[in-house]
This record gives sequence, C-alpha cells and structure tokens, in this order.
Amino acid sequence: MILVLIGILESACRMAWIDPIAVIAPSKMFQGAVSLLASGQYAEDILLTLQTVAAALVISVITGFGLGLLLFRLPRLKAAADPFLASYYAIPMFMFYPLFIVMFGLNRWPLVAIGFVFSFIAMAINTVDGLNRVPRVLMRVGQSMNLSAWQRIRFIQLPAAAPYLFTGVKLAVVYAFIGVIAGEFVLAGAGFGYRIAFAYNAFDNATMYGLLVLLIGGVGGLNLSLYRWERLIHERRGGR
Amino acid sequence: MSGAIVASLQAVERIYPGIGKQQAVHALGPIDLALRQGEFFSVVGPSGCGKSTLLDVLAGLSTTTRGEARFEGRLLQAGVPEGVGVVFQEDSSFPWLNVRDNASFGLRRRGVAQSEVKRLVDEALAMVGLEAFAESYPAQLSGGMRQRLCIARTLVMRPRLLLLDEPFGALDQQTRLLMGDELLRIWRETKATVLLITHALDEAAMLSDRVAVMSARPGRFIDLIETGWPASRDSRNVSDPNFGAITARLWDRLRAESLKAMPAR
Repeated sequence: MILVLIGILESACRMAWIDPIAVIAPSKMFQGAVSLLASGQYAEDILLTLQTVAAALVISVITGFGLGLLLFRLPRLKAAADPFLASYYAIPMFMFYPLFIVMFGLNRWPLVAIGFVFSFIAMAINTVDGLNRVPRVLMRVGQSMNLSAWQRIRFIQLPAAAPYLFTGVKLAVVYAFIGVIAGEFVLAGAGFGYRIAFAYNAFDNATMYGLLVLLIGGVGGLNLSLYRWERLIHERRGGR
Repeated sequence: MSGAIVASLQAVERIYPGIGKQQAVHALGPIDLALRQGEFFSVVGPSGCGKSTLLDVLAGLSTTTRGEARFEGRLLQAGVPEGVGVVFQEDSSFPWLNVRDNASFGLRRRGVAQSEVKRLVDEALAMVGLEAFAESYPAQLSGGMRQRLCIARTLVMRPRLLLLDEPFGALDQQTRLLMGDELLRIWRETKATVLLITHALDEAAMLSDRVAVMSARPGRFIDLIETGWPASRDSRNVSDPNFGAITARLWDRLRAESLKAMPAR
C-alpha cells in the first residue's frame, strides 16, 4: 500500500502535477538522503540529536519506571493522579521551554528536558498497567513459596510485566525523538531538527526531504527492531 | 486408613471483615478436620462455600478468625510452612521461563546448589512426564502439560502435604481422568498426604480415601465418606459398583446445598 502511494507521488511529481517547490519526487528524496549520509555533512548534527534523545530517553525510562512503581504501590495516589495522567498529552509541553532555559541554561539540557516531559509519562503509565495486569495467581505462587515482597517484585512481577515495560520503552523512544526534534525545529541552533528547519526556510527541498527520509528511515528502523523484539517476547509467552 | 495426624483444623472459622458499608463475610466454619499421614482426601461443595478458603487456611496463606490450624503439630501462622506445597486452579506457570526454569524456581530462590537443583528437577519432570519438554516454554504446552509443570514445580520442594485447588478444572473430561491417574501415581511415589479441592464428584470419588462434603457458605462438613479403595487404584475403578454408590451419596448430600448456593430466581 505504502509502495503504491509512493509510486503515485513519484508519477505525480514527474508529470509536474505537483509544484517541485512544495514536494520533490520520492526518488530524489532518497537520492538526497543517500548523498547526505555519504558526505557526512550533517554527521555532527545527527550525533548531537542522538545524544540529546539518548539522554532524555535514559532519564525518562528510569524516572517513568520509578513513578509507575510508586503509583502501583500507592493506589490512592494513582486514583488522584488519574485525571492528570489522562489529560497529560493535551498540555503543550513546549511552553515550558523558557522555564527550562532558566533552569538549565542556554545549552542542550532544555531540549533533553523537553524530550523527557514528552516521554516519561508513557513509561510510567505502561509500568502501572503492566504491574496491574500480573495474574493474581502468580503472586499467590510467590506467597506459597514465602518470597519476600522484594523477591515477588523482582522475580515475578517485573518479569510478568516485562512486555508492558518494553512497550513503555518503545513509546518513550518515539516520544523522546518527537520532543527533541520538534524542539530543535524552533528552539535550537544545531541538531537534526534545526537542519531540517534551516533547509525548509532556505527552500532547499533536496536537503530538507533528504533529511526527512533519513529521519523516517532511522527512527522507523529503530522502532521496527523494537517491534520485532517485542513480538519475540510475546510469541515466547504465547500472548500471556 | 489409620496414621498420624499431619494437619488439623479445630473449630476453625474464617470471617472476612466488611469494607465500608459492606457486611462481613462468614466464609468458613466452624470446621474440624484431621488429615492422616499419607491419605488422599478430597473436599467437594457448592460454589462459594469456602473450599478455597479452607485450602488457604491449611496452607498458611490465610489466617483463621477463630480456632486453630496445625501442620505436623505446629500452629499455623502467617506464611506457608516448610513441607506444604500448593497447586492452584489457574495456570500458574511463569510464561517467561522454560519448563526447567519454572520447575526449579522455588529451589533457586532458596539458594539450593545448582547440582542438587538439576537432580531434583530432573526427577520431578520425569515424575510428571515432562522431561522431553524441559527446554520448551509454557506457551508451547497443552493445558494439561502446564498443570503437570505446576505440579512438578511443587513436587521439587518435597512437600509432605500437597494441597491442590481444582488443578484439573480447566481440562476436558478425558484429560481429567488421565491426570487423575497421574496424580495417584505421584501420590504413591512421594507418599505425600494430599488434599484435593474439586467440583467434580466423580473425580473425588475416584481418587480419594475419604471425601468430605461441605455445606453452602459458611462451609462446614456435612458428610464424610470413606471410599475403601486400595492404594493401587486408578481411573478404572469408575466401573466398580461402589463408585456409583459413592457418587450418588455425594450428590444426595450436595444437591440441597448447591440449590442454597444458587442465586434466588
């Protein structure tokens, strides 16, 4: 289906049905991506973005997991936090950017913070969800073996919840990329997102679309790898 | 059948306190029970009568509100005593572990030496007929095989009292009969005392030395039947005339209690 749509777009561009100022042919996008990668021209920006995303991701996975564990252990707190969690993504996170600049200074850390606020809640919600879905009988097995509360968490609850934790990490990856790159579009002077925005403003469609193809390919490829890993986990467990 | 008393309940009651406006639930008792060394004892009763609560109390998974529960003479307090093993009704195999790691789970938590773990697990898997599936995952096993795995995981701990809460409830009739034969074989080999909770009257009648009938909630014993089967019995005793008589008596005592337990129309 996707290939068909790409084919249609390719034909439309070659027939000049679409203004090349707006959109270039997919084949040219792909050529642009390959030449950008080969030239290494934006290697530094790509690396900078990846480092920022990685920092946001690590902090959000650890913090999100910790928050999820806390909410699981304190159901009343979870009940009180539920309305906030449900409407969290309705909040425009970029409005906090000036606050983050005041807190962290004019460096990459405000962008790390943006990536963090986008992604840590997904990890927290999936952590709570996963722990809540551990079958009660597995906990009774732990009880029947006289496992301590910590042993039950470590050897039963966390492994049982692992597929959901993995989903949380997968979502955190996606949201961290969204937050950091979208932040770089408007709020940074370097990085992958900045280069895309710069090319757009300069009407450099070949570079812009080339970078977009690289972005889609890179993040899509990463997500596909995570998805395949997730499927392996689910298949091994027979969907349990 | 005679023998030392392995586990006992004396005037045991279990009352769950009400939460908020909900009334307290008198789930069990008063109930008395004396399990003899090496016997196979079954409990049947209507839904919600407290059979699982009875098992929880005997296992130390639940405390008594009144009365005393003892295992090998010692008062049961919070926690499952060493020597007691429990197999639950639902599939409780760990899906992230293969058969071998599932079976060895309890031993590894206790820090048993690796060589000893291997020996005990190999023995238990052979006893339940899963040795060829040691590297398989529960998702690759049938329902009956997963329950055998859960039994193996309990057997490796060498329980002297084996408590089974409707372990074959989710299986089809033929598999249940065959699993019953397997359970009898394991019982004879381990010489453990077995308490089986079951809804199936034929299962109780076929497997047990004694069968207790529980009343509707709060569950109390209203009949106790000695089957008189030899230790060498198996599922073929369903063709014995005595089997029909035992099952008929069980249903005769149970029918009225089951009607009480049904929701009013």
